[in-house]
Amino acid sequence: MTTPDAPELTTPDAPGQDRSDRSPWNWLLVLPIILPLVPLLFNFDEPRILGFPRFYWLQFLFIAVGVTCTTIVYQMTKRRR
Amino acid sequence: MSEHLTEIIVFSALFLLVSGMGFVAARWRRPDNLATLDEWGLGGRSFGPWITWFLVGGDLYTAYTFVAVPALLWGAGAMGFFAVPYTIVVYPIVFLVLLRLWSVSHVHGFVTPADFVRARFGSPTLALLIAITGIVATMPYIALQLVGIEAVLKSMGVTGHLPIIIAFAILAAYTYQSGLRAPALIAFVKDTLIYIVILVAIFAIPAQLEGGWSGIFDAAQAKFDATPAQGDGILLNAGNQLQYITLALGSALALFLYPHSITGVLASRNRDVIKRNMSALPAYSLLLGLIALLGYMAIAAGIKPIGTDNNTIVPQLFDKMFPDWFTGVAYAAIGIGALVPAAIMSIAAANLFTRNIYKEYLKPDASDADEARVSKITSLLVKVGAVLCILFLDTGFSIDLQLIGGVIILQTLPSVALGLYTRWFHRVGLIAGWAGGMAAGMLLLYNIGNPVTGKLHFAGSAFPLEKLGLDTKMTIYAGVLALAVNLIVAAAGTLIARGAKASEGDDATRPDHYLADEGDPRVKDLDLTH
Repeated sequence: MTTPDAPELTTPDAPGQDRSDRSPWNWLLVLPIILPLVPLLFNFDEPRILGFPRFYWLQFLFIAVGVTCTTIVYQMTKRRR
Repeated sequence: MSEHLTEIIVFSALFLLVSGMGFVAARWRRPDNLATLDEWGLGGRSFGPWITWFLVGGDLYTAYTFVAVPALLWGAGAMGFFAVPYTIVVYPIVFLVLLRLWSVSHVHGFVTPADFVRARFGSPTLALLIAITGIVATMPYIALQLVGIEAVLKSMGVTGHLPIIIAFAILAAYTYQSGLRAPALIAFVKDTLIYIVILVAIFAIPAQLEGGWSGIFDAAQAKFDATPAQGDGILLNAGNQLQYITLALGSALALFLYPHSITGVLASRNRDVIKRNMSALPAYSLLLGLIALLGYMAIAAGIKPIGTDNNTIVPQLFDKMFPDWFTGVAYAAIGIGALVPAAIMSIAAANLFTRNIYKEYLKPDASDADEARVSKITSLLVKVGAVLCILFLDTGFSIDLQLIGGVIILQTLPSVALGLYTRWFHRVGLIAGWAGGMAAGMLLLYNIGNPVTGKLHFAGSAFPLEKLGLDTKMTIYAGVLALAVNLIVAAAGTLIARGAKASEGDDATRPDHYLADEGDPRVKDLDLTH
């Protein structure tokens, strides 16, 4: 398929050697994992917003927290081209 | 029947439209050769961010979810809302894990999670167990998609099993022909319809009800106050908080172990597509949360289910609140919503059979074309099996099986998810852990009864901790207990196997394989040069 001295998986020109998934930004992912699992924060009726008890509007708000955190991590760790 | 005529016409027209699209999909982004598993079963591993978003979204948020979650809120209240935290925590949890799975699968050409386990731990036996677990967990899930269609048909006054058989025959035919491209293309229509229906619903329905949103929640609370049951209400109580969070967490851990979720992920083009989708997919969680609240709207609107089938709550609500033609659109959204996941699930189950049973044990020298052919035929058989489930088994039994499915698929976590990070576990330990987790899961589920319905066994996933001798009214999701047993046995088994100097098995993967991206060399390309 390629030349006889086909690339080994370790060829230097494969830009994989110094690659890593580690990044301090990854710690942001912890927040949206913890928040929705603490009923102490949201298991209340009051205050209501637009008629929604806190139980419901706050958990909807956690969706936004999740999106924000994953978006930041994506933007900060995406592959540079 | 005539009063539903407009609905039936709109529903049928949309259904036929997407069926046509399913067949045309074989020509969409057409490769030179569709007769390989990479093309038929993974769409050529070429999907960009948009297609992946529609495909995975259409795959995870199924028609059954859309009728069952509101039905849960209608019946039990806040507990049913677990679907929201579940679908929030899942993406940050799997964000980094899926990247590693995609990379190692890209390098080695893995099609199924069991392929990875086979290569990582050098154990065809462990891979076989993972494959069988995946197939067994997926089958009832496909059957449940039929339950979604059935709920809609029932609401249109259409009875009998013939319409379902016809719908699935069409689905089977275009999946056979087009593979993963069919659900990918149909997902665009499905999701667009669902988004339109729900946006209309959350504005139009509260406007027609007295007191708007506030009145809806008050009506729900009034209903739960009036029932003798203690566990219901629009908030959680001391007894079900632990169940709420463990069910959300356990379901999140299980979601991307399902073969059909992995199929959707492996079909994407590169790592950035996956990353971007981890932040874009929660749009569906918002949708699901709003859909869940349809259950409370149904309470406020005084909707009653057809017979004892709570799954007809949402269709009945639409029927009462929407003009006929739009009810037809809404029903079509649910009906088509069943086709996308059903197609992907049958493809995923078929790939497991082909790669980890057929090629491993029956025909080791199978060519790419053989694999594609066997997968296509198996996908047909899987769908016939799902239809038989619905025809001959009680609907309730499918729901029980699905419940069990979630618990058993969790038992593949140590091999698949932890395996992506560490080779510490010994293959013998993993097999023992799997067996221990399965046994514990079955035992726990068997001992869950429901005093209200009088069912003694398999009546839910909430295991009362008092049965373990603890002095508490709290319940916990059986799946996480079974997973704990699994992990303990796997760790103990690993230490024993090491002590006994049992063979470790070869690891075909290397650390840099877990970081590879689009364009990096693959093992298969190298093989061809030797």
